[in-house]
Amino acid sequence: MNKILIGVLLGAVLGAVDGMTSWFTPAVRAQLVGIIIGSTVKGIIAGVAIGFFARKVNSLALGIVFGLAVGFVLAFLVAYLQHGYYFQIILPGSLVGLIVGYATQRYGVRAPAMSAAR
Amino acid sequence: MTFLSDKALQRLRALTEAPDLSGTRYRLLERVARGGMGVVYAAQDVKLARRVALKILDHPDHSGDLSGRLIREARVLARLEHPGIVPVHDVGTLTDERVFYTMKFVEGLSLDDYAKRMESLPDRLRLFLQICDAVAFAHARGVLHRDLKPANIMVGSFGEVLVMDWGLAKVLSDAGRDHAQNRNAIVSQAIDGEFSASDNREDVAHVATNHGTVMGTPGYMSPEQAGGNVEALDARSDIFSLGAILKFLAEAPVENSVTKSSWMNKPLAAISAKAMAAHREDRYQNVSDFSAEVSNYLDGRPIKAYRESFLERSGRFYRRHNIAILLIAVYLLVRAILILFFRR
Repeated sequence: MNKILIGVLLGAVLGAVDGMTSWFTPAVRAQLVGIIIGSTVKGIIAGVAIGFFARKVNSLALGIVFGLAVGFVLAFLVAYLQHGYYFQIILPGSLVGLIVGYATQRYGVRAPAMSAAR
Repeated sequence: MTFLSDKALQRLRALTEAPDLSGTRYRLLERVARGGMGVVYAAQDVKLARRVALKILDHPDHSGDLSGRLIREARVLARLEHPGIVPVHDVGTLTDERVFYTMKFVEGLSLDDYAKRMESLPDRLRLFLQICDAVAFAHARGVLHRDLKPANIMVGSFGEVLVMDWGLAKVLSDAGRDHAQNRNAIVSQAIDGEFSASDNREDVAHVATNHGTVMGTPGYMSPEQAGGNVEALDARSDIFSLGAILKFLAEAPVENSVTKSSWMNKPLAAISAKAMAAHREDRYQNVSDFSAEVSNYLDGRPIKAYRESFLERSGRFYRRHNIAILLIAVYLLVRAILILFFRR
């Protein structure tokens, strides 16, 4: 499967799961749908960025580091906008980025090389 | 009476047996190996200043049969231009009428010895896949090797694999003849006039494939080959030999190691057994299918030759995706801990 597609699908699924777990926090349960949608969109954005990176850079280690960084930055932005829950949002958000970074490098298929002689 | 020592006798014998290479571009260096049909020497190509392997008949062959076979072997090699097949450089005759051909001098070890130094099964299987590539190429060119065994496979100093000793090879059809036509024409020009008895390729092939003649190596030879049914041989006979090589690679112990005696497991044994089935209809039907199966095993994917249980399938799935599974488990664990400690 193409690296960007893997990034988008995995980012969306893990983002949605990430959002759903807010159900266990009674204080935010009323905004559950909004959180799930926001978290899914965040996952998709992370997936696209990590997928593009994986297409350019073919390195498992760099892919993981980049995924972790993207996950961290996006989660930090969400937590900053929420004015709280930093730890609860940043830690799993970074992990999602790390998993997507690993998966795009490990399971993604490189796009076919463009012909040099056109 | 004074007796000569064994060493002196050996030296004398080597001197008398050493071919006279005068009139050729080669200078003899040392004897490397002796085969059923002839001897292989290391020689120096004076013109190109490189070391070559020179294969030559033991004695002058007045009937022309053995000469024809040697020429045929060189021609077979000439049509098989592949990184996994030793390339032939030249053919000719010596002043004593002995036929010779030269090929790349491969510095390395035979698979017999090299396997003992390989400490991981994946490395051995990757090497096996390289052998399969070379054999598949030969089959695509209509050539059967008929004597595949670890002793006939050399592994060079950079890990390159070369299938050697095509002396028993059989040309099945005209497949690939057009492809190699130009090259063969050059070889023909070089040897025409020198070998009138072996000029006709079909005659030569006939000499080498008489019905009822058993040629090959026990343990690596298919049942139909052992039965002398030469006309019935096809690619599946080589697949039998490849299956035996796979078995050898999985079972050959590592030199000076007491920890691991064999890597043979059920799936690998099933692949090897299918390749070595008594009836060729039950074997893999071509080398590509066989190597795809080994490749699938190597990548942790399911194989057709072995029906695995649910537990085995789960174990294989875990081995193949262990890092991803562990990462997801860590994520879920972190999530569970956060829910437990920060729920409010």
